Formats: sequence, C-alpha cells, structure tokens
Amino acid sequence: MTIQQPVLDLSPKVSDEVRKTTCYMCACRCGINVHMKNGKVAYIEGNKDHPVNRGVLCAKGSAGIMQHNAPSRLRAPMKRVGERGEGKFEEISWDEAYDIAASWLKPIRETDPSKLAFFTGRDQSQSFTSWWAQAFGTPNYAAHGGFCSVNMAAGGIYTMGGAFWEFGQPDWDRTKLFILFGVAEDHDSNPIKMGLGKIKKNGAKVVGVNPVRSGYNAVADDWFGITPGTDGLLILSLVHCLLKAGKIDLEYLRDFTDAPVLIDADPKSPTHGLALLDDDGHKLVWDRTEKRARCYDAEDVDPDLTGVWEVDGIRHRTVFQHLAEKYLDGQYAPEAVAGATGIPAGRIRALAAEIARVAFDEAIELPIEWTDFRGRKHTNMVGRPVSMHSMRGISAHANGFQTCRALHMLQILIGSVETPGGFRFKPPYPKPATGHPKPHCKVTPGAPLDGPHLGFTHGPDDLCLKDDGSPARIDKAYTWDNPMSSHGMMHMVISNAHAGDPYKIDTLFLYMANMAWNSSMNTSGTMQMLSDKDENGDYVIPHIIYSDAYSSEMVAYADLILPDTTYLERHDCISLLDRPICEAEAAADAIRWPVVEPDRDVKGFQSALIELGAKLGLPGFVTDDGSQKFKDYADYMVSHERRPGVGPLMGWRGNGDETGRGAPNPAQLDRYIENGGFAIAQIPENAQFYKPWNAAYQEWAVEIGLFDKASPYLFTLWCEPLRRFQLAAEGHGERQPPEHLRARIKATMDPLPIWWDATADHGGADGEYTVNALTQRPMAMYHSWGTQNAWLRQIHGRNPMYLPTEIWEKHGFDEGAWARISSPHGEITVPVAHMPALNHNTIWTWNAIGKRKGAWALKDNAPEAKEGFLLNHLIHELLPPKQDGMRWSNSDPITGQAAWFDLKVKVEKVAPPADLTSKPNTGRQVSPVGQGPDKLAWEVE
Amino acid sequence: MTALPATTDKKLGLVIDLDTCVGCHACVTACKGWNTQNYGVPLSDQDPYGMPSGTFLNRIHSFQSQPEPVNDIPQLARTTHFPRSCLHCEDAPCVTVCPTGASYKRAEDGIVLVNEDACMGCGLCAWACPYGARELDQQAGVMKKCTLCVDRIYNDNLPEEDREPACVRTCPAGARHFGDLGDPESDVSKLVAERGGVDLMPEQGTKPVNQYLPPRPRDTLQAPEMTGEEDVLAPFLAPVAEEPKGLLAWVDRALEKI
Repeated sequence: MTIQQPVLDLSPKVSDEVRKTTCYMCACRCGINVHMKNGKVAYIEGNKDHPVNRGVLCAKGSAGIMQHNAPSRLRAPMKRVGERGEGKFEEISWDEAYDIAASWLKPIRETDPSKLAFFTGRDQSQSFTSWWAQAFGTPNYAAHGGFCSVNMAAGGIYTMGGAFWEFGQPDWDRTKLFILFGVAEDHDSNPIKMGLGKIKKNGAKVVGVNPVRSGYNAVADDWFGITPGTDGLLILSLVHCLLKAGKIDLEYLRDFTDAPVLIDADPKSPTHGLALLDDDGHKLVWDRTEKRARCYDAEDVDPDLTGVWEVDGIRHRTVFQHLAEKYLDGQYAPEAVAGATGIPAGRIRALAAEIARVAFDEAIELPIEWTDFRGRKHTNMVGRPVSMHSMRGISAHANGFQTCRALHMLQILIGSVETPGGFRFKPPYPKPATGHPKPHCKVTPGAPLDGPHLGFTHGPDDLCLKDDGSPARIDKAYTWDNPMSSHGMMHMVISNAHAGDPYKIDTLFLYMANMAWNSSMNTSGTMQMLSDKDENGDYVIPHIIYSDAYSSEMVAYADLILPDTTYLERHDCISLLDRPICEAEAAADAIRWPVVEPDRDVKGFQSALIELGAKLGLPGFVTDDGSQKFKDYADYMVSHERRPGVGPLMGWRGNGDETGRGAPNPAQLDRYIENGGFAIAQIPENAQFYKPWNAAYQEWAVEIGLFDKASPYLFTLWCEPLRRFQLAAEGHGERQPPEHLRARIKATMDPLPIWWDATADHGGADGEYTVNALTQRPMAMYHSWGTQNAWLRQIHGRNPMYLPTEIWEKHGFDEGAWARISSPHGEITVPVAHMPALNHNTIWTWNAIGKRKGAWALKDNAPEAKEGFLLNHLIHELLPPKQDGMRWSNSDPITGQAAWFDLKVKVEKVAPPADLTSKPNTGRQVSPVGQGPDKLAWEVE
Repeated sequence: MTALPATTDKKLGLVIDLDTCVGCHACVTACKGWNTQNYGVPLSDQDPYGMPSGTFLNRIHSFQSQPEPVNDIPQLARTTHFPRSCLHCEDAPCVTVCPTGASYKRAEDGIVLVNEDACMGCGLCAWACPYGARELDQQAGVMKKCTLCVDRIYNDNLPEEDREPACVRTCPAGARHFGDLGDPESDVSKLVAERGGVDLMPEQGTKPVNQYLPPRPRDTLQAPEMTGEEDVLAPFLAPVAEEPKGLLAWVDRALEKI
C-alpha cells in the first residue's frame, strides 16, 4: 500500500527549564544541562559551554536520571538494630543521629582524638573534610588516594610538580604521538575520549601500552600488550635507546631541569647523593663559561651537563652524568628487557625511534615571546609533540612510584613537558613537592591537629612517628614502611584498627567508600574484621559511622548511617583548594546545586558534617558564642576563607567582579548558577607553556591566588627525598629505620627511577601462581555505583574472567565454562570467557560488577549477585610472611599505594556449579530500602 | 505490503567511525534518555533490578578478531567496537514487509519510522531487518527503532547547534556524524569519500544510508621493519655513543654548539 505519512510534531517542547550543574556519575566533573518538566528531572545532556566536556557526556552521565531515581537511595538516618553485616536498621531522626555520633565522638575528642579514624572515599570535598578532621584533632584522616593512584600523583609531583588528569593533560590539539600506559578509561573520562577523537582527526598516532586491548587500546594504532608491572622496565629501555642515540633535548635539560645540578658523588660523605647547595640552600650547577659552581637561577648562568668536579675535597657529578651511566647500562637494552616485558626488542626499538622521530623531526614552534625565571627572553615556544598519559594501570603496582617517575623522566628527557604538543599542567599546577605542606600528626586532647594531615615528606624528619618511633597514624602512613605515602593508606585502616596495630581506635567514620566490598583488598576478611567481636562480646572496632547515598554493602556494616543526597540534590564545590576542573589554558572551578530538593529525609554529607562539627564545638565550626557558624555547606562554600581573600570558589568574589582573590560575596552562588555552574579564568597567551619557569605565568598565578609569590623551580630527575631516606638506611642521621626495613629502603628508594619485579613476592612458596590477574573499570560504570542503574547494568551486568587464547586452549575451556582461580591468599570460582586481544599470560575481569545479595536494592536473581564476583577476594592487604615472619603490606614501599595489580594466580577448569553462582558466597544483607520495581518505562509527563 | 517512496529529497543518516569508537556506550544511554522521554511510548525495561532486559534503539557490540599472518608474520589480535542502530536503508525491507503501513520511510528526508498508532506489534519488520536494528517494546507491544531523533533535528525549541541526534551530540570521541548522505557536498559525504566509508552487509541489497568508516591499519610499529637498512625509523636511533663516556663527550660538543 502507498501510505499517507502521518503528521509529526517535529518541534515538541523539550522541557520547562534547563538547570545547569555538575555531573557526579564519576570523578570527571562534566557540566550538565538538566532538563526539568513539572519540577522533575526529565533529561540530562552535556553542557556545551563547559570547559571539561564541551557538551559531550558519557554513558554514565547520560544515564544519570536512573542514578538520581535509583530505588537503592537511602531515605533517612538509620541506627543498626541487628548484627553488623545483617543490614537490619531502624530509621531515626537527624537529631537522634547527631546525638549518637556526638556521644561517641565528644569523649574521644576530649581524651584522645586519634581514637577517631575518618576516611573518605570518592570524596570531592577533601579540602573541607580534611579541615573538619583537623579541627577534630585526629591525625587519622585521608581520602582514597592510597588505594587509587597516589603513585601517579606523588610520582609526578616529586618529579615535575604535577601529574596527569587533574594536574595536567596532553596538548591534544598539537600532539602528534600520544602514548597511553595502562588502564585509564576511568580518569579523566570524557576529556581523554575527546582528545583521542582530536588526535585521530588530526592524523596523529595513538600508541597503547596495556596487557588488555579493550577500550582506548582497541582504537590505538599500535598496541603493546605488555606484561603487567613491567611498564617501568619498558620505559627505562626506551630511555636507554634515546640516550644512546642522543635523542634528548639538551637545551631543555640544561635550562629547566636538575640535570646540571651537582650531586655529592663520594660514597663516604654524609651528604652522599645530595645536591651541592649554596649558603642560602639553593642548588648549585657547574657553569661552563666561568668554570665554577653557581646558583641555578642566576641570570647569566651557563649550566653544564657533564663532568666531575671537586668541591671542598668532595667529588661532585651532575645529575645528568649519574643518569647517563645508569641507563646506558646493558641491562636496559631492548634485548635484555624483551623477555620480562613480553615486547619483542624490535618493537621496543621501533617505539623509541618513533618517539625520537616525532619529538625532533616534527618539532613545533609557536611564535610567542616569553620570559623565563632567569629573566631571559625567548622569541618562540619550542615543542616536542609527543604526549603521554597514565593512571591506575602503572600506579597500582608496588614498583609504581618508580615507574611513574620513569615515565616522567622519559617525558622530560625529550623536552615534552609544558611545551607545545607535549604534556601541559593545569592550575593550580605546576606546584612542586616543596610547595606543598608537610604531613602533620601532633595530637592534643580537645584541640585541633597541628596542621594539615597530608603532605609531602622530604626526609626522615618529616615522618609521622610518635616519640617512641611507633606510627602516629592508624594507617601507618609516613612511616618507614611507606615514607612518602602522600595520600595516606585507606586500604590499611580496617585491618590495622582490627589488629589494634599501631593502636586501638574507638570510632571508624567513613564517607562514600564501599570498604566492605570492592574498595578493600581481602573482601571476605574485611567483612569479618568489621563484624568481629572480642572476648566480651563487643565489636573489635567499637563504633562505625558511615555516610552514603545508596544502600551499598558498606551500609550493612555500620552502626549509624548518615544518608547523603544524590548528585542533583546537593551543593558541592569543585574547588581550586583541592581538585578543581582546570584546563591547561585556564583556571576553572565549579559547583553543584540542588536542581531538585530531596524527597527523602537526607542531607548532603558536608552539611551534616557542619552540623555535627558545631554540635562538637569544633573550632572553625562555631562562632564565638558557640553557635553554629555555617548554616550549611552552601554557606561554607561562599563565606569560608582559607587565606584572607581566598576561599573555596574563585569566581565572582568581592562585589562580584574579582576572580581568585576577594572578599566573600553572598551572591556568589547565584553568579555560578547563571554562568552554568562554573567559573573560568583564562591564562594569558604568553603564559600558557613553560609554566614552571615562565615569569608571566608565575605572575598570573599569584594574581588569582594560586600562590602568594612567584615560585619557579627545576624539574627533579634526581629525587632527593628518596635519597635522604636511603641515606638513613645506610646509617646516616639521627632518625633510623628499623633493621628489618633497611635493606628494602636501600634497594627501592633510589633517587633515579629503577625497576624491580614487584610480582615476585606473589608467586607462592612453590611458585605455582604464575598468571597475572587484573581488573579494569568499564567506561560505562563507576565503581559499585553503576549497578543500581537500570540502564547501565544492562550494558555491564556481567563480568566473566577473560582468558587469553593460550590459557583458554591449554585448559580446554569452552563457552559457558567455569574456572577456579586461586592465589596464595584464597580462591574464587567464576565463569570465564575467551579474549584473544590479551597478553598471553594475563587474565582480567571488570571491577566492582559483582554484588552482595541484598545490596543496592537488587533482587536475588541479579546476575551481579549470582555469577558476578570480585577479584578482591584473592588479593590480601599483606604480602605472604617473609623468612623472618614479618608480613609487609601489599603496597608500594615508597608511597604505600595499594598494589592491586601485582596479583599472581593459578587457573583450573572446574565443572559449572549446579546453582551457577560464583564463590565465595558472602551471604546476604537485608535491604533497608526494599527492592527495585519489576518494570520501568521512564517518562516524565 | 507497504511501499517505499520512489525517491527521497534528502538521505539523512549517520556516519560512524570505527577507527575512533572507543566503545564507551555514551550514545546508547543518551539515546535511551532522549527517546524514552520523547517520540512514541517510553522505552521500557523488564525486571530492571533483577535479570534486566529492556528496549534500546542503539547498542554497541565489541568483538575480537585475530587477523591472519601477513608474509608469515603473526598479527596481533584486535578489538573492534561496533555501534548498531537502524541504517535508514533506501530499500528498507522492514518497510515493505509491514502489513499495516506503520513502518514507513519519509519522502522528505529518508528517515525510516514506525507510526506507533498503526503498529500491531507483529514483529515482521524485525524479522525482515538483516541488521537486528528493531526491538519490540515488551511493555507497550509496539516496534521501536532509531528515529534519527526526528523530534530533535527540526525542533525549533532547541538551539540550532543541538538539532542533531542525541547520540551524535553526546559522542565524546566524535565518532558519530550526522548529515545528508544524498548530497555529495555535505560534510558527511566528503568524510565518507575521504575515509572510504562502506555499506554494512551490501550483499543484502538494502542500500543502507548510514555509513561505517573502517579502522585505519593497525600495529605498524613492528619489529621486522626495524631490521633492514631500508627501514625509515632506523636512522632515528643511530647511536652517538655506546658508553657513558662517549655520550658525555657528545653532549659536551653538542652543548658547545647551542
């Protein structure tokens, strides 16, 4: 039949109103347009004006409506009425909740504030939560960086004053070769995808170095399916090749790095390995023209990279000379590393040659004049268009800190940091380790801590040790075990608190961290520790307070629940004081604001902390008359000043026309809302590259309040803090490490990047565990949050263990098969699937898909709670016992970064279980919010 | 049973870049979010918090392939992300098979739509579609498919820059493009010409309007190319020195010249 086309309404009304706020479906912090219909959220799309996402939005963000309306949302404060882990609660009022919390917290604040351990997970308000913890007086505060990517952050900051993601980004528009090391699909989600799109459009090359060819590696022009944990070795081999060929940027090394700095090279000297300083503490370089040691920043200094000089009878050599000797060694030749890395020598050489070709044959020159910190004028900006990125993939190994340093050394050697086409910092970076605070841990009953908890150590004197040398912090951060644990070690808190080592605590207070599930190693053990009782029948960890918006696994293990809002119901500031949304070309920050009011008795956690802080009378949270100082978090965002004139938000300060610095402006949030939820301040054109040394940038940064005086610095290929700890291990200085750690500190804390096989401790006594096992997070899911999302769980509801062809064929697996995967610590029985594009000796699965029965308002037939599983059961927070009986934490010995990816396992084929349910069985929890509906057909009328 | 228009004024469609698609599923949920709220009945989900199954107009499939050796050199296995939705075929078998005239192809722009009022949910069109691009909504019992966001692309209530399908607007990697493939001068037609865009399953004779851009050659940084003198990259690693002493002497000379 021929048809009469129906008449369509081609211009239906889209919404009544668009409210612009900031996404929180992951840590990317994109701008979103929330379309409202009849006061309800009808549709969410990206904000085209927003500096982070320019209108695009990922699967999570676009499915935000299902998160906002998830049936797993908590409804009111609750107190536990069953046993820990059961999930039996009674809803209570906020007043009762605060009374309970205060009845636990007030006495310990007055006697010993360190009895509180306050740790936050995917917290985007760390400058606020840490300030609360500091006012309380406990040294036991950190966010989740220790089990996430502290190696990347600290490795970058100690080496060049910034790292990837929030700290910096590739110069997407100009780069011609982009090398991506390890899994990075989760940070920084949309900007990397947008960047990859630009690179492809520009005809530039993408190289992926990753055991798994999925996600970004699927579109990589060249894939290097490396053996997990050997990235550092591959990078040092690239360095070897480039040095040997002289493909390094000598001018850049001479002018902007510590390559010419003179280092004490006399093994007998007490300052062996430390830089030669002038009387004012400035590093000295050898001047080629004047033939004498001079301060590095003199205007007419002509630094040399080579040679040996004696000063006061002590031989000094340049950093560059140390470096050249180390990496020209044959142990880093491609042929020598091919076996361990799983990359043929020829391909390593090909990659090195491609880096050399692009960096030097395709160099970029921008005709922009600029002046450096020595006062020298430059007529152009030269760039080496090779850029790199990395996140957890190389971080989450025990050798991760040194690997991250190696990666930055590679970037620096070719002159591709803060130059056109390379890697660029984002404000408030560049900011070297010396520009950050040191850690503080001095506890005084009834009083605040003596300073910020987290910071950067520069030697043994900065460790957080008590007078008797025992750890001051419950997580043992900043001790000889992990001297440079800049983000704390959240993954050790529960196990240490349970063991009463280094001391017992009274209250564990957690925010937004699913520690009873996917955020802990040794999940079954952690659940046990949280619910263990002592001989008197009391819980070993006496009190647990938890704040979450959703009915997660952790909820069931808490005594008191402070229900948080969804991301569309809350105030937040994405602040320059902690983790802003800046771009390489601009400073930027953002807010969230309640585009809808909660329809439940819930409160933004930060507002709850403000009320609890006032109830406890914490300094800063009460006025002189003892009344509550801030009405709520929104009030704090506007009126708090961290330094005079500098507050959480930079935009529209003073009378509304000041940026960065200025008095609090009561109308500030209105201005943010009018502007789409963010503020942005462009960096002047002549200040956009060479930022650590660019006088114009330094001036601009002071002007908008990033710091108070110009602070140029040299990149530090030679990491002196590492060397100071090593010196102590060699017997120098007052503060000495315990004997059992001496050898390890000497071996691992090399001031130049090194590599060792961090998986060697994981093979078991008989070496039977030989296969690498990893997880990665899908781009369409964020930790455990995604599973309650009715749309996203249809995309990623299952997580088989993916096996490479060799293992698949060796064991005769076929479709629908199951395997027992075991490690020295435990075993799991799980479904498997075949994946050819995978390193031949590596298996992997999606992270945090598996769920405990009863959690997240899911039904018992949910695949996540049946065949879904966690790899975490195989990973212990401690390494197997050493010969001396000591058990070291399964962490980087330098930073304490959780070494998730050092796991080694054995794979055995087993018959599918009769109930087709994975093992171990972790029991079930009662859902305090019931279960989701049987059907859904989402439409807002 | 239902006739196709003899010609259409435009051939609106998508160009999907398989070289760039990272498989992030942004287009999948952006599509679901827009279309559950707009054209026709909402896109339902059955047992959404148990064993879920729902209606989607756009899905991504990720598959693995192991290329055959080239000149006896083994090739690395690959992963491809393949977005799948209605291709708005010129010879759309889903339209001609429709017994009620519910499925139709618009004469003005070539978009294939389902008139839900006339759809009886028989499912013949889904059987006829060789691409599996139609899904019968289990709750409403009507056939759902990509509308190319017909209620966005002409929508006067949207800013002009937003008048494109939700999947295209949201795609973070820029792997999806929208335009008139009947106009050889359009950006999408030029892109197809430049990148060698292809029909999906041309042997089916459906003449799909949507085009797929194939992945660029992969894994060209290979060992065998590095061995011979003919290799273009080898000179970039020509050694200036074998030992530290030699390197430092070279650096010394080089610094002298800067």
